[in-house]
Amino acid sequence: MLLNKLALAGGMALLTSTAVGACEINARVNIVGNEFPAIQTVGAGAAECSGGDVSSNLTADHQKINLAGMQGNPAEYTSAIIANSSIVALMNEDVIRPLGDLVDAHGAGLKKNQLITINGEVMAVAFMANAQHLVYRKDVLDAIGVAPPKTYEELLSAAKMIREKGLMENPVGGAYKAGWNLAQEFNNMFMGFGGEHFKAGTAQPSVNSEAGVKALEMMKELSAYMNPDFLTHDSNATNAEYRAGNVALMNMWGSRAATLVEADGVPQEVVDGFAIAGPMTVGGGSIPASTLWWDGWTVAKNVSDEEAAATFKAMTHAIRPAILDDAEIATQAVWLIDGYNPTPAAEGVFAAAQSQTIPYPMLPFMGLMHTALGAELTDFMQGKESAEQALKDVEAAYTAAAKEKGFL
Amino acid sequence: MKHRTFFWFFLPTGLAMLLFIAAPLVSIISQSLYAPHEAVFVTVENCGPFGCKQETTIDQEATAAIREAKPGGRFVGLDVYLDRGHLAIAEIGEAWRSSTSIGAFFDTVYNLPFYRALAFTLTYTFVCTPLLIGLGFVIAISVNALHRHLKGLVIFFSLLPMIVTPLVGSLILFWMIDSRGVLGNFLQYLTGDPDLSLKASSPLMWVSLIIYGIWSSAPFAFVVFYAGLQTVPKDTLEAAQIDGATRWQQIRFVTIPHLMPLVTFVALIQLMDNYRVFEPIVGFNAEAHATSLSWIIFNDLGGETQQLSAAATTSVLTILGIAVLLTPVLIRTWRDFQGRS
Repeated sequence: MLLNKLALAGGMALLTSTAVGACEINARVNIVGNEFPAIQTVGAGAAECSGGDVSSNLTADHQKINLAGMQGNPAEYTSAIIANSSIVALMNEDVIRPLGDLVDAHGAGLKKNQLITINGEVMAVAFMANAQHLVYRKDVLDAIGVAPPKTYEELLSAAKMIREKGLMENPVGGAYKAGWNLAQEFNNMFMGFGGEHFKAGTAQPSVNSEAGVKALEMMKELSAYMNPDFLTHDSNATNAEYRAGNVALMNMWGSRAATLVEADGVPQEVVDGFAIAGPMTVGGGSIPASTLWWDGWTVAKNVSDEEAAATFKAMTHAIRPAILDDAEIATQAVWLIDGYNPTPAAEGVFAAAQSQTIPYPMLPFMGLMHTALGAELTDFMQGKESAEQALKDVEAAYTAAAKEKGFL
Repeated sequence: MKHRTFFWFFLPTGLAMLLFIAAPLVSIISQSLYAPHEAVFVTVENCGPFGCKQETTIDQEATAAIREAKPGGRFVGLDVYLDRGHLAIAEIGEAWRSSTSIGAFFDTVYNLPFYRALAFTLTYTFVCTPLLIGLGFVIAISVNALHRHLKGLVIFFSLLPMIVTPLVGSLILFWMIDSRGVLGNFLQYLTGDPDLSLKASSPLMWVSLIIYGIWSSAPFAFVVFYAGLQTVPKDTLEAAQIDGATRWQQIRFVTIPHLMPLVTFVALIQLMDNYRVFEPIVGFNAEAHATSLSWIIFNDLGGETQQLSAAATTSVLTILGIAVLLTPVLIRTWRDFQGRS
C-alpha cells in the first residue's frame, strides 16, 4: 500500500513538473539543422511539444537542403537552424520571416542579445555561441615539457618535438576536407593575418594578398604534421583521430569539445589528457586566427501563421532556461540562454569572444567566396601549384560565380 | 502497320517523351541562357550576440520588384557557357598567348574546373568501359564452363557488386583503402612504405575510382554475355572442335563474333553510364583529386549558394558530350542494321 502511495505521489510530482514546462502547439513543426549535440538537444526540446506534429531532420548536409526545403509554398521545413554564415543564404532568397510580432507574443523569456536583428527586424533567435579553438593532449605536452601553444608557430614547434621524440607520427589534427572545411580553416588563418575577404564596401574579392599567401603557407606547414589523408577529413573524422590517440594538437569547434572524449572505446590516457584553451594567433598578430559564430533558429516565410506561431513556440520551448538544469546539456555549448553559467568545456569559446575574435562575416556574397576557396585551394595543399596561383584561381572562380548571381 | 494504327500505338510513348525528355531539355537550355537579376545592395545595421555592425545586405524589396518585372531573370546569352566555370574561352585564349610550351598550356587548361572534370570523366569512361567488357566476358566464359550445380551460386556472387548501391559500395571501399583500413594497411605492407596513402595521391585515387568502376559494372557485362553464350550455335562449335580448334580458337573465331552485337550493346549502355560517373566521387570524398561533370552539376545545385544557371549550362554541355561520344557507336549500329536489311 505504502509503495502504491509513493508511486502515486511520484506520478503526481512528475505531472506537475511537466505541466510547468508544458508546450502546447496546434500546427506542424519541421526543423532542419546541423547534427552536433547542442542542436540535437534543441531538436529534442521542440519535440516535447504536444498538440502538433513535430519532426526534425538534423544532418551534416543541412546546408545542402535547407534552402530548397524552404523555397516551396508551403515550405517543407518550418524552421532552419542556422549560423551567422548560413542565415545569409536564406536572407538572399527571402525565405525566412521577420519575427518581431512573434517575439512580442511568445518571446518573453528571450534575452535581447539573443535576437538577431537585420536592418531593425528580428530575423533569427540565437541560442549558442561557437568558435574554433585549441584542443590538446596535456599529457603529451607535459612529456615534451612544453606549455599549451598560444600561437600557431608554437604549435608547429611542439608538433615537431612530438614527432622527433617518437610520441606520435602525425600529432596535428585539422578539419581540412576539401570544400567547406578547408575553406573555413583558410578563413581562420586569413583573419589571423589581418586579411579582408572583400574590398571595403564592395563585392570585389581581395584574398589574393600577402595575408592570403601567408595563411596558405601556414596551412601547408601544419599539414606536414597531419594524417596524409587530411583532404578527406572533416571535423568528425578529425575528432575520431583525436579519440584514437593519434592527434595531440588541433583547432576544433567549441560545440564538439564537451563530448569529444565521451564516445565509447576512447583510451583512458586520451580521456585524462584532454584539455582545451583559447584560439591561437598567427604571424605575430593579436587577433586570434579563428572566427566567432552564433547558432540560432529561423521561421520559414512560406508557412501559415499557425505553423509559424507553433514553430516559434516549440523552438522557444526548446531553448528555455530550464534545460540548463541538466548538467550534461549545460556543458554541450556556450548557451546564450538566461542563467547559463560557463562550464570548463566553454573556456575556449569564451577566450575567443574575449580576445576580439572577428565574427564570421554576414555578407550576401561570402557563401560564394567560401565555395570558391573550398574548391580551388586543394591544388596548393597537394603541392601542385603556388599559393599565388591558388589565390588567383579563387578570385577567378568567385568572380565568375558572382557575375552569374548578379553580385558583380 | 497502318499510319493511323502506328499513330495511336506511338502516342502514349510520344507524349511521355515530350514530357520527360523534351520539356526538361527546353527548361535547362533556357535556364542556361538566363541568370538571376543583379542584386540591389544596401548597407544596414546588423545586431547579434557580438554587438552591432554595418554590413551589406540585399535590398529585398527592390530585388523583388525587379524580379516581378522580369520573372525569367536576366538574359545573358552564352555568357555562362563562356565563363571560367565552363568553357573558359577568355582564359584559354590567354593561356595560348602566354604559355611558353604546349605542356604549360595544358597545365593551365587542366587548372580550369570544367576541363579538369572533363579529363577525369573521359579517362574514367574510356578506361572503365573496355576493361569491364573484357572482365565481364572472362567471368561469363568461366562461369559457363562450370559444373551446373555450382553455376547458381557463382552467378549470385558475381552479381553482388551490381546489387550493392553505388554510394554504399564506394563508401565501403573508401574505408577499406583508408591508410588505417584493411586494404590500405595491406598495400603499405606490400610496398613497404608506411606513408602510402591512396587518398592523398591523385593518381592512386584515379586508379581506385577506376577499379571501383570496373568492379561495380562488370557484373552487368557478365550477365549480358552469359545470356548470349547460351545461344552460341552448338553445331558450329562442334564442327570447330572436329577441325581441331583449340579452346582459345573456338572463343576467338566462334564465340566472340557471335557475341559482337552484344558487345556493341554493352558498350553503348556503359559509355552512357560511366560518362555520368558521380557516386564514387562522393563516396570516396575524392573531389580534391577527381571531379566529374555530374559532380559539378551536383555541387552547383546543392549548397547554400545555388548556381542554377551554372548547373544548367554544365548539363547542356554534358548532353552535347554524350551525343558526341555515342555517335560512333550509333553509326556502327546503323550500318549493321542497313547491312542486314
